[in-house]
Amino acid sequence: MLKLENISLKYGRHLVIDRLSYEFEENKKTLIIGSSGIGKTSLLNIAAGLTKASSGKVSNGFEKISYVFQEPRLFDWLTALENVSTVSDETEARETLSLMGLSDAGDKYPSELSGGMKQRVSIARALAYRPDLVFLDEPFKGLDAETRENIANTVFEKLEGKTVIFVSHDESDRKYADVILRLTKSPGSTLELVKSNSVFSE
Amino acid sequence: MIKTKSKSFKVISALISVLFWILVWALLSYKINLELLLPDPISTVSALVRMARTADFWITAGASLLRILKGILIAVLLGTLMSVFTAKLDAAEALLSPVMTVIKATPIASFIILAMLWFKDRGDLPVFITVLIVLPIVWANVSAGIRSVDKALLDVAKIYKFSFAKRIFRIYVPSVVPYFLAACRASLGMAWKAGIAAEVLCTPKNAIGTQIYYSKTYLETTELFAWTLTVILLSVIIEKVLIFGLGKLTQKLRVSRTEAKNAEA
Repeated sequence: MLKLENISLKYGRHLVIDRLSYEFEENKKTLIIGSSGIGKTSLLNIAAGLTKASSGKVSNGFEKISYVFQEPRLFDWLTALENVSTVSDETEARETLSLMGLSDAGDKYPSELSGGMKQRVSIARALAYRPDLVFLDEPFKGLDAETRENIANTVFEKLEGKTVIFVSHDESDRKYADVILRLTKSPGSTLELVKSNSVFSE
Repeated sequence: MIKTKSKSFKVISALISVLFWILVWALLSYKINLELLLPDPISTVSALVRMARTADFWITAGASLLRILKGILIAVLLGTLMSVFTAKLDAAEALLSPVMTVIKATPIASFIILAMLWFKDRGDLPVFITVLIVLPIVWANVSAGIRSVDKALLDVAKIYKFSFAKRIFRIYVPSVVPYFLAACRASLGMAWKAGIAAEVLCTPKNAIGTQIYYSKTYLETTELFAWTLTVILLSVIIEKVLIFGLGKLTQKLRVSRTEAKNAEA
């Protein structure tokens, strides 16, 4: 269960999220869309427990959470394999790296990898953790079109049956979502249902 | 290949530079022609060789070396511990920051004279002075290192529920080590200068500083130069050994080159 109750987030005078309440569906892939700066990343961070809401309550019943950030957030001083192994055993780490097309990059340090490869290591780390709940914030940013398609298919296939909450500006990612929500603010923040179980409301 | 050439070039340049200044020293000494004011390089080295043949020389040099290393070790441990507290607790930072500023600004001679009144055992005084000199450098650097730890990586640790030990060894240690190494390098030379100055003023038994003081008192300028040369040689050797050892440690801890460079800049 992941439930947000009357969540608000303020940065100084700027109200980023205003009294938002929502309960996410379990074992579904939920895509959050919305205009830039509306607070999608802030919302994920609050839900993941990384940012403390200025007011409101977050109830999270999930034990193991993974998060793929917009940027890879790898440890520079560890190889790709060691980075993934920080959350899993080495066999699992090798398998997920291979799944991300990085079998040969395990011994390389982040500084020796391209931006796209680093992001794939970050995705491998999230998968290797075997999470119950996954947050993906623009996870495929920086990947070329062909790699993006392959990686996205693999990731969502691997996460089948898990609770996934993801943010993406790419229209093509809508096909992976069971539920699509639009974050709006007028003036209170709401998550409007756009699509649920393949039925479009627009 | 290019790297090797560059390294040999550096060694040759350093040698030429040292030879040039020895030559300048020799010419000056020849011009002044008074050993009491400026002994020539050959007399100085001869005096050093003569002194090095006696057991007393090694006992004296060893005792000074131990005192200074003891001071550095205490300062490094204390400074690291303090920086952990001050980086995490604003109250500790507010409390200790002015003390460190005062220590840095106070002349070493004032501390030495005060310490002569406080310490019964004069052998402990150079250790205390070395601690006072090294402590603020280690504290400032390690605190900066702790503060430089990337919050984004701490978020990763929070999400994946890293244990306390994993946070320390996977995030904090690799991030702080470059700052720690920079502090060690910066404080080594200072530690020697302050430690020997303290020995000169408090004249403990078996100390290079005491020998320098006696050389001055008995107008044995050549011996004074020989002891000074001993300090320089010891300082250079210890620095090289320390840099080599810390370099190996850096490799083992997988500290990123970029961070190491940033910390030393």
